[in-house]
Amino acid sequence: MSTIDVSSLQKAYGSLRAVDGISFSVSDGEVFSLLGPNGAGKTTTIEILEGLREQDAGEVKVLGLDPWKQGYELHKKIGVIPQGFKFVDYATPKEAINYYAALFGVKVDADAILKRVILEDSADVYFSKLSGGQKQKVGLALSLVNDPQLVFLDEPTTGLDPQARRAVWEVIRTLKSDNRSVLLTTHYLDEAEELADEVAIMNHGKIIASGTPAEIIAQHGSGKQGESLEDVFVKLVGEEARGQAGDPPASAPPRRRF
Amino acid sequence: MVSGRRIRADLSVFGRGYVRSRIGLFFSLIFPIILILLFGAIFSGNGSSTVPVFVQNNDDNSSLSLGFIHALNATNTMAITTVSPGVNFSQYLAAHSGSAGIVIPSGFGSSLSAKPALPVSVTIYGNPTSSTDGIVVGVTTAVVSAFNLGLAGAHALVSTQQVSVASKTYKYIDYLVPGLVGFAVLTSPMFALVNISSQYKRDKIFKQLSLTPLTKTEWLISKITWYVFLTLISFVLMTGAGTLFFGAHITYALGIIPFLLLGPFLFVSLGMLVGTVSKSVESAAVVGNLITFPMMFLSGTFFPVNTMPAYLQTLAHVLPLFYVIDGLNSVMLYGNYTSALTDGVVLAVLSAVIFGLAVRFFKWRED
Repeated sequence: MSTIDVSSLQKAYGSLRAVDGISFSVSDGEVFSLLGPNGAGKTTTIEILEGLREQDAGEVKVLGLDPWKQGYELHKKIGVIPQGFKFVDYATPKEAINYYAALFGVKVDADAILKRVILEDSADVYFSKLSGGQKQKVGLALSLVNDPQLVFLDEPTTGLDPQARRAVWEVIRTLKSDNRSVLLTTHYLDEAEELADEVAIMNHGKIIASGTPAEIIAQHGSGKQGESLEDVFVKLVGEEARGQAGDPPASAPPRRRF
Repeated sequence: MVSGRRIRADLSVFGRGYVRSRIGLFFSLIFPIILILLFGAIFSGNGSSTVPVFVQNNDDNSSLSLGFIHALNATNTMAITTVSPGVNFSQYLAAHSGSAGIVIPSGFGSSLSAKPALPVSVTIYGNPTSSTDGIVVGVTTAVVSAFNLGLAGAHALVSTQQVSVASKTYKYIDYLVPGLVGFAVLTSPMFALVNISSQYKRDKIFKQLSLTPLTKTEWLISKITWYVFLTLISFVLMTGAGTLFFGAHITYALGIIPFLLLGPFLFVSLGMLVGTVSKSVESAAVVGNLITFPMMFLSGTFFPVNTMPAYLQTLAHVLPLFYVIDGLNSVMLYGNYTSALTDGVVLAVLSAVIFGLAVRFFKWRED
């Protein structure tokens, strides 16, 4: 059984087709990376998989469950770190972990989790006083509290210093070695190349390339020696799309067909 | 299923955050005490029940004219300021913003002492639109009548006696304390929840919480529990301050408890409802203020509702806070449990409806 099965998934905001009939699957213990420029539909896709949004059409199964209808069951088995994670101002990372543990009804070693995401030095600092990167790491720590089968990481390393980024990579590798699956979005192509078993590149709501990083380079690259995933990504998506900023409903990029 | 464990966990994080931020604590515990002290001090002065009256005695301080002024003074209804004879009285009143005055004519004493006595007239200056005008005219006329009877050597056949309708006499502070308890019951949860719910929505904290087993009903129950707890503390502090500083008479009865529970229950839900249906933090604050401020002034917080015009009294009866304050007054002042029961039932129904709407419209996740 696949961890995630998506077929012909669609979601529109008014006239904007944010997700336009995509299909993919993620198997157990796999790190799957969803790449694409801002506004490509990655976050909408992830939120549908998490049960936070309802799809317009298509089939979605996550750990064998319908995320929208069986969200309450699903949420006990998944970990999520949303983009730009925020928490209550006057709570410390340690309290946040214990809070989540109580909500999930599990016993955890808060210090061990903090150590795992390299946040042990800020265990008792109020959330509002943490740096952007530290806040992001609180989100990562919380996504691990319920010992999830599958973790959704939406741009987990954005704004992190190189050392903290490596810590997140370590967390992802450990999850993989524990046979947990990870769905990762990122703007750092080297990260995807480094971590992902499978990659799907999205643009304008469609998947325009998929496979292992090596397969994508082989299929879509120009054939030059030493070409990276980033080179292929830039070529595929085009300079025009890379200049786009903003989230799907805010700025609709001009429609382009591949 | 509602889980006590999850509610306790949420309550612990929320309560700690509340205490640590200190702003909330100020508004829910310190600010109501400041209000008690302020309003108590403003309205508990002794002079507030007397009407300021300017009196000009043009009769050379004759013993009869001084006796007349003494008689006015003895009624304890006027605060008399004497104006020198010969001054233009109308101009003097205007210059001193006076709305009431009495002029004793020259020859007042000699006319009355003459045999036979000659009629004299005391002039009353007043503004008929002023609410105290009736008091000045009535009291002066009564003193004049007493003078007439005395001079005629007669004595009154018909007399009056007064019976107070309340079993004991109340001071303004006695009404103020229940009113301000109502104020605290309204403002502290209402402002906080409007703010929190719109901010959590903006910061996607609700979305984040929706990915845990915590349900929105549990989240709401945790907030209600916290504000009930704060309200109980605030009640003790406010009644304590009222008694300690102004000698307020408070009847501590079990009948108070339902109002201290239902009040926060209702206004946490209402604040949540406003915050959750608003598009932004700013618009939530505007809508919150539009609901809170009129309710605050029209429900009997600072002024008794029965002193307001009839249409405003009707309006007051649709405001939930009215039933909190009316219920508290019924229990704490009058011991009128029939009235308190009606208030309690209305409040319970309103609370259930608004709680239901808040849970219904409060969205954990998008669609």
